[in-house]
Amino acid sequence: MKHIKVLGHGLALFAVVLIQIPAALIALVGVVLSFILGMVFLFPPSIRLIRSVARLDRRLILRWTGIKIEEPYHPPPPPPVRQRDGWYRDGRTLYRKPTMPAFNARLNWFLRDPSTWREIVWLLIDPWTRAVLAAGPTLLIGYGVYQTWQGNLWGLALPVAAIVVAPWALRIYGFYAMGMLGPTASTQLIGQVRHLNQVRVEAVDAQAAELRRIERDLHDGAQARMVAVGMTIGAAEQLIASDPEAAKALLAKARESSATALAELRQLVRGIHPPVLAERGLGDAIRALALDSPLKVEVSVDLDERPESPVESAVYFAVAELLANASRHATKVSIDISRRGRALRVTVADDGSGGAVIHPGGGLSGIERRLATFDGVLALTSPPGGPTVATLELPFALSAQEPEIRSAGWRGALVAICWTLCWIPLIPQGIVTGFMLAFGAPTKSWFLALYMPEPLQWPTVFAMITLGATMLAGGIVLSASVAREEAIDC
Amino acid sequence: MIMRVVLAEDLHLLREGLVHLLRAHDFEVVAAVESGPDLLTALITHRPDVAVVDVRLPPTFTDEGLQAALAARRQIPGLPVLVLSQHVEQLYARELLADGTGGIGYLLKDRVFNAEQFIDAIRRVAAGGTAMDPEVIAKLLASNSRNEPVARLTPREREVLELMAEGRSNAAIGQRLFLSESAVGKHTANIFLKLNLAPSDDDNRRVLAVLAYLNDK
Repeated sequence: MKHIKVLGHGLALFAVVLIQIPAALIALVGVVLSFILGMVFLFPPSIRLIRSVARLDRRLILRWTGIKIEEPYHPPPPPPVRQRDGWYRDGRTLYRKPTMPAFNARLNWFLRDPSTWREIVWLLIDPWTRAVLAAGPTLLIGYGVYQTWQGNLWGLALPVAAIVVAPWALRIYGFYAMGMLGPTASTQLIGQVRHLNQVRVEAVDAQAAELRRIERDLHDGAQARMVAVGMTIGAAEQLIASDPEAAKALLAKARESSATALAELRQLVRGIHPPVLAERGLGDAIRALALDSPLKVEVSVDLDERPESPVESAVYFAVAELLANASRHATKVSIDISRRGRALRVTVADDGSGGAVIHPGGGLSGIERRLATFDGVLALTSPPGGPTVATLELPFALSAQEPEIRSAGWRGALVAICWTLCWIPLIPQGIVTGFMLAFGAPTKSWFLALYMPEPLQWPTVFAMITLGATMLAGGIVLSASVAREEAIDC
Repeated sequence: MIMRVVLAEDLHLLREGLVHLLRAHDFEVVAAVESGPDLLTALITHRPDVAVVDVRLPPTFTDEGLQAALAARRQIPGLPVLVLSQHVEQLYARELLADGTGGIGYLLKDRVFNAEQFIDAIRRVAAGGTAMDPEVIAKLLASNSRNEPVARLTPREREVLELMAEGRSNAAIGQRLFLSESAVGKHTANIFLKLNLAPSDDDNRRVLAVLAYLNDK
């Protein structure tokens, strides 16, 4: 039943050519016209058309083969910015309206993106690949039935082979499409660089804001108080001979001021880097937080090492924020800190009324921003009625526990065998022997099928071709899966 | 009677200041050390009447002082220790009180400003009592703010509870709140009744019971 479904999916994927071919024709005409006749305005809509076809394909492939293909496109350009004098600048030219600069930016966006050209190539060759890999098995069944009807009983083998091969063929098509439509290593890197840039800008901004806050707090708080202390002591000094009582009172006041200054400094230090965190690390710092909270807080910590200090600090303040949020409506909170491979995971669950959402600019999105510096994420589930569970995960916060034993070992060997040996059954023992059978062979040489009794010769040839093709396909699929795991690992 | 003190503080100025202060109040400073390992040896060899210890000490500048004090108390149960710190944490207070033997002080460094009260605290600790910083007690009560019995206390009883938890005797509490000692006694009896604790005439044991109650939220 599953195999029949796969055949159906293959056919349906093939049916997309009914949209693909007309779209390709229109788009290609558009592209050609825009370059030859200079009708540039046709270019962006043509590319948009191509992209929408590609998007449809990505969606279908994800649904039917489970292979997720990310979009490789560069991010769209920002809208043109109006200058102070009301004009829009584009290079050296000024425009009165934003239409032209916006169009130019869009045109550049399409022209500079290598995936534009890759997708045009894909449109040209894809119908053929699709016919073989997606619709191939069904066509093979049809051919087998036709042969059987003609009286050739070996035709019966074809439907069976087609049904066995169909899922493989569809997967191979998926990987092929991933190569054509997915991001290349360089576009992935471009995306990563862009993301890192953004994170860096945010981190630098946040740090600068933090420093400004500390400066202001010191300036208005402790610094001002110390000035007052100094002045009071100076006044006491002058009075000490003439009016010892008054001097004593002034000194008492100075002492009081210095105590207040100390209290303020303590508060400030707590906000910069809590002393418990420095002294004891994340686990005890969170326990200390839990003790200070009016809620019933259960803390379980399962860490065998201390993460880097900035990570500890980010997690500490995130948990403090979550705990403060929880104290508004919950009575019980449980905090769990543990490792998942190299990742540090913290869950904060409360029994409150739920319905929490991440507002831009709110406390929770502040946590998200702070964690983003470390590639960390905040996942929040908070159905109305509760409970609320917030999970922080920082992927590379901890060192690797022990050198991992590569599980890809046996698969690596299998890939090597498939790649090196697949040509033997496929070409000499399969296809070449087939030709020899069809046109009469001068010698038998090392072609196995020619040594077989007459009725088994053709089946042997087909079996060889199938074996070779399976090895080839297996090699492709296995190496793709190994490569994917390595990509996840690093 | 002259009391023998071991002092651990890594800041030279503060250490000298404390030595002066202690000498002026009839204490004998038998050792003034500046690192965690030195502190532990000094405590074990001198067995002082009381130790005054800074939490953060070299070589690691984490909680060396606290760890050394706890280690010494494991070897010499009930060794009176007054811990000083720039910040106070309930977590540390709990660890200090965990063995339930008393003779523990935990104060902010600012409290040194008021020499009289500071010396009083040292004497209390040396006598096997407790001296908890008002800030620790404030945090303790804040984290107990949703605790039914604590919430049922009257404001006056709360004041008495705070002072009692700091480790003060009935007489001292009475002086602070301008109450007669018997009035304070009545309040403490009420507090013990409301918190469902067994009353006790012994000041030290009474304080430990209250702290244990508040710590067990």
